[in-house]
Amino acid sequence: MNWDAWLPVLVVASSLLPGLVIFFLREGSHRLRTALNLVGAILKLVLVGILIWGVFHEHVYESRWTLAPGLDLVLHADTLSVLFVTLSTVLWLVTTVYAIGYLENAPHRSRFFGFFSLCVSATVGLALAGNLFTFVIFYELLTLSTYPLIAHRGTPEAVRGARIYLAYTLGGGMLLLIGTVWLHVLAGPTAFVEGGILGRLPAEYHPQLKVIFLLLIIGLGVKAALVPLHGWLPQAMVAPAPVSALLHAVAVVKAGAFGIVRVVYDVYGVNFTDQLGLLTGLGIAAAITIVYGSIKALFQDNLKKRLAYSTVSQVSYIALGTAILGPIGTIGGIVHLVHQGIMKITLFFTAGNYAETLGIHKVSEMNGVGRRMPATTLAFSVAALGMIGVPPVAGFVSKWYLGLGALEAGMAAWVMPVLIISSVLNAAYFLPVLYRAWFREPGPAWPAEHIPAARFETSAALLWPPVVTATLALAAGLFAAAPYSPLEWATLIAHREYGL
Amino acid sequence: MTDAMIGLVALPLTGAVATLLLPRSATVVAIGAGLATTIAAALLLFGVANQGALHYEMGGWSTGLGITLRADGLSALLLMMTSLVALAASVYASAYFSAASERARFWPLWLLLWTSLNALFLSGDLFNLYVTLELLGLSAVALATLGGKRAAAEAALRYLLVGLLGSMLFLAGVSLIYAGYGTLDLATLPRVVEPGPIAWTALAMMTTGLLLKTALFPLHFWLPPAHASAPAPVSAVLSALVVKAAFYLVLRLWLDVFANVVTPVAANLLGLLGACAVLWGSWRALQAERLKLLAAWSTVAQLGYLFLFFPLLLALPPGPTRDLAAGGLVMLALTHGFAKAGLFLAIGVIQQRCGHDTIRDLDGTAQHLPATTFAIALAGVALIGLPPSGAFLGKWQLLAGAVETGQWLWLVVTATGSLLAAAYIFRVLGHAFGHQPYPNQPVTVAREEWPALLLTAMAALVLGLGGAPVWKLLEIGT
Amino acid sequence: MLTAQVLYGLTACVIVALGLRGALLHASLLQRVVAINVMGAGVFMLLIAVAYRGPGLPPDPLPHALVLTGIVVAVSATALALALARRLHAEQDND
Repeated sequence: MNWDAWLPVLVVASSLLPGLVIFFLREGSHRLRTALNLVGAILKLVLVGILIWGVFHEHVYESRWTLAPGLDLVLHADTLSVLFVTLSTVLWLVTTVYAIGYLENAPHRSRFFGFFSLCVSATVGLALAGNLFTFVIFYELLTLSTYPLIAHRGTPEAVRGARIYLAYTLGGGMLLLIGTVWLHVLAGPTAFVEGGILGRLPAEYHPQLKVIFLLLIIGLGVKAALVPLHGWLPQAMVAPAPVSALLHAVAVVKAGAFGIVRVVYDVYGVNFTDQLGLLTGLGIAAAITIVYGSIKALFQDNLKKRLAYSTVSQVSYIALGTAILGPIGTIGGIVHLVHQGIMKITLFFTAGNYAETLGIHKVSEMNGVGRRMPATTLAFSVAALGMIGVPPVAGFVSKWYLGLGALEAGMAAWVMPVLIISSVLNAAYFLPVLYRAWFREPGPAWPAEHIPAARFETSAALLWPPVVTATLALAAGLFAAAPYSPLEWATLIAHREYGL
Repeated sequence: MTDAMIGLVALPLTGAVATLLLPRSATVVAIGAGLATTIAAALLLFGVANQGALHYEMGGWSTGLGITLRADGLSALLLMMTSLVALAASVYASAYFSAASERARFWPLWLLLWTSLNALFLSGDLFNLYVTLELLGLSAVALATLGGKRAAAEAALRYLLVGLLGSMLFLAGVSLIYAGYGTLDLATLPRVVEPGPIAWTALAMMTTGLLLKTALFPLHFWLPPAHASAPAPVSAVLSALVVKAAFYLVLRLWLDVFANVVTPVAANLLGLLGACAVLWGSWRALQAERLKLLAAWSTVAQLGYLFLFFPLLLALPPGPTRDLAAGGLVMLALTHGFAKAGLFLAIGVIQQRCGHDTIRDLDGTAQHLPATTFAIALAGVALIGLPPSGAFLGKWQLLAGAVETGQWLWLVVTATGSLLAAAYIFRVLGHAFGHQPYPNQPVTVAREEWPALLLTAMAALVLGLGGAPVWKLLEIGT
Repeated sequence: MLTAQVLYGLTACVIVALGLRGALLHASLLQRVVAINVMGAGVFMLLIAVAYRGPGLPPDPLPHALVLTGIVVAVSATALALALARRLHAEQDND
């Protein structure tokens, strides 16, 4: 194997190996653990940088390892995988810093960071998967490595939440597996190829292909929290804040959405999916999820729960973009993969900060918190405005392209109302929070002040990550036209998908 | 390479005699013999991979009257698994039995069991198979009684009677075969056996006897008490290897010796029993109150999966697709061997360190043994059939075969069984999370915890990621 | 003389069937051990019948060797069963 074949492996290994070593560290070796985490994260960032440059210049990076005759584990870097890998890598680094601050002096840190690294490795492997078989492997690994993170606190609620998560995701994983095996029997190894590979199958297979599509989408929809498969997501809120952040922004939910994008574009092919009449169904499922999630979010007083339902809604923009035929809709969906990630991770970081610093868990406790924690609240505000779709934050770009794409595809009649209703609902559940935080008078005392105001409003390791990600969310919107911006990269992907 | 074949029988046998004569240094002798046997198994595996199937006529007697040893890809793989599992269990046993008197009784029987397993996988004719099967059964029963308690003796007695009945049925079938075809040689029989009353009766009797020994539903009743009341290292080999030996014979009979006698209807019957085993075994494992019973019921279920392959193998025409399915079957059997042995060893650690194995009361206690808990998790990954375990590849082939031949029932059974397995495994793992402070060291008792960890890692990682040679090796037939 | 061989063979089958019935239906431990031994005797008789090759010809030595080995195995198995049964019995008396 040469360098081109090793690079994808190294990208996965740069978090996997530190993770495995961390499991065997003594609980007290705090500095070694931190060093391993950070070295792994920075190394991964460097490797991904090389990957971006190479893929942009149409370099082929592929590693292949035969597990059984006809079943190859393939890691392959294309434009879409690079987008997701980059998102995971950047956000892993930020989240690691945050988690080190968040879990200071908490028990079981070796176990936590071990599984945390495994979780990221699984996500990156899933992003780099070169065929559906490999995707399924990492998809299940992701389920396994997330379970201990959700159950981490060990309270009955945590174990219960983790169990519900597992029941949903393993059930979904089984459907995904059956669909994949079936497809494998019909069409042989299903490599991800831009434009899809199933269009050339004879017409007598089409009924079977429809059933398989349904199996795959349900299997993926569980992680992507498509209604009615979203039941686990609010339960998983019991996890520590860094886990929720990672879960909602990159790892689990995004893995489902990414899988839907892969299946539609690189397995079936978007035109063939449309030809089978499956695209509209996917779009309707996404639309229902978008509206339903937003309505549910409106009624949550618990901040993390409100954010969780907001995720249910926001992630389905990706599926919606996938269901809109034509490159502009595609751009809108794919770019939201990144934008939603940056914005949502900011929201979860800041929610964690409120809880860790002042003991605030509910929206109704947030009166005047902007004065006590201005930087955190500013980051929260930027991300919330972005979610609503206020320019120039990143979320605006996504919604703009989705709307434009729907117009172009002649689907505006139902996509536009969905976008408008959901934006109004977004505003309805975020603006009151902002109003409370900035303009209401604070109560006599905070629920439980753990960290007193000193040089910063909270500890530095907790403060910097949301500030950085909020800045990124703003930059992704402001500099959307700059080279290598998420939007430019999504445009590149769409062009290659449609062969433009 | 024939030396390796002789070594596989002679080394553990010599060890058994030596531990009997030298009870004081029995542990050292036994581990030494185990290591040597494992090296012989590895040499044989490489030999078969490079030179093809091997056979050796002991003492120069020709086939028929003499004893012929044979090794092809399948037997070499099973011998390798046997050695690795038995070696790891030996290391664990050296820490498990604290009293010298216990060790003195344990080691000779243990090495005798190992000898009979190896001899069985190397046997080239049906009568030697009967003898080794019987030897295996007797040493297994004797080991199972070492649990000491009344329940163990009762379960062992039932185990013995079932085993005897099984072997007698097998022997009756063997006699019929000799009456009908005048040979018992495994290599000759496939060419001379033809469909007819003799072949059908013989096959029915031998299969029933073996199903009794391999505990296929509804003949599984004896397994849970016997496996759950034996000492942990013994339970490990009983569940991982001893039932596999009988299964290996079923496989040989159905796919080689009686290949042109068996019918799809008969195979469907086996598949149906397998399906019942999967569902009932998994369900009972989910209800189990003790870890050991859970593991034992899970063995009933896991053996069921192996039988689901029979209707697929009979429906598929000879060729690459069928070979893929057959490889999946062996992969599943190998993975289960490693995983279940590791699981029983891990349960042994918990039982000895915590004083019980009641699942409900595991909270907190399991946390003090992170490495052992992790071993249980790895075993769980393999038992559920999640990637990257070897069982994932096995189940993939099972599902693919079911789709290929349009036998959707087996697909539904496999999916349901896997989800039930997930339920019973995570029911245990849920207890491992809690508030108690983590011990300072991840691995607390090395000699007890490492064997389980290595065995389960073998099942959940090595076989899944490096298992491709299994299919290559299986192409090497006798 | 062929009929004698067939007679032996059929009798053997009947003995096997009787032994099997006993092993399955008897509740008592000792009776089951005996029944399994009866079944064994039937199988050995079948093998001896198989060894017959015709008048004047020496019998086939192989089944004889098999029967001898089989008897040894059966005796050891029975011994183990009885030893276990005795142990259970002794413990019952202790209780």
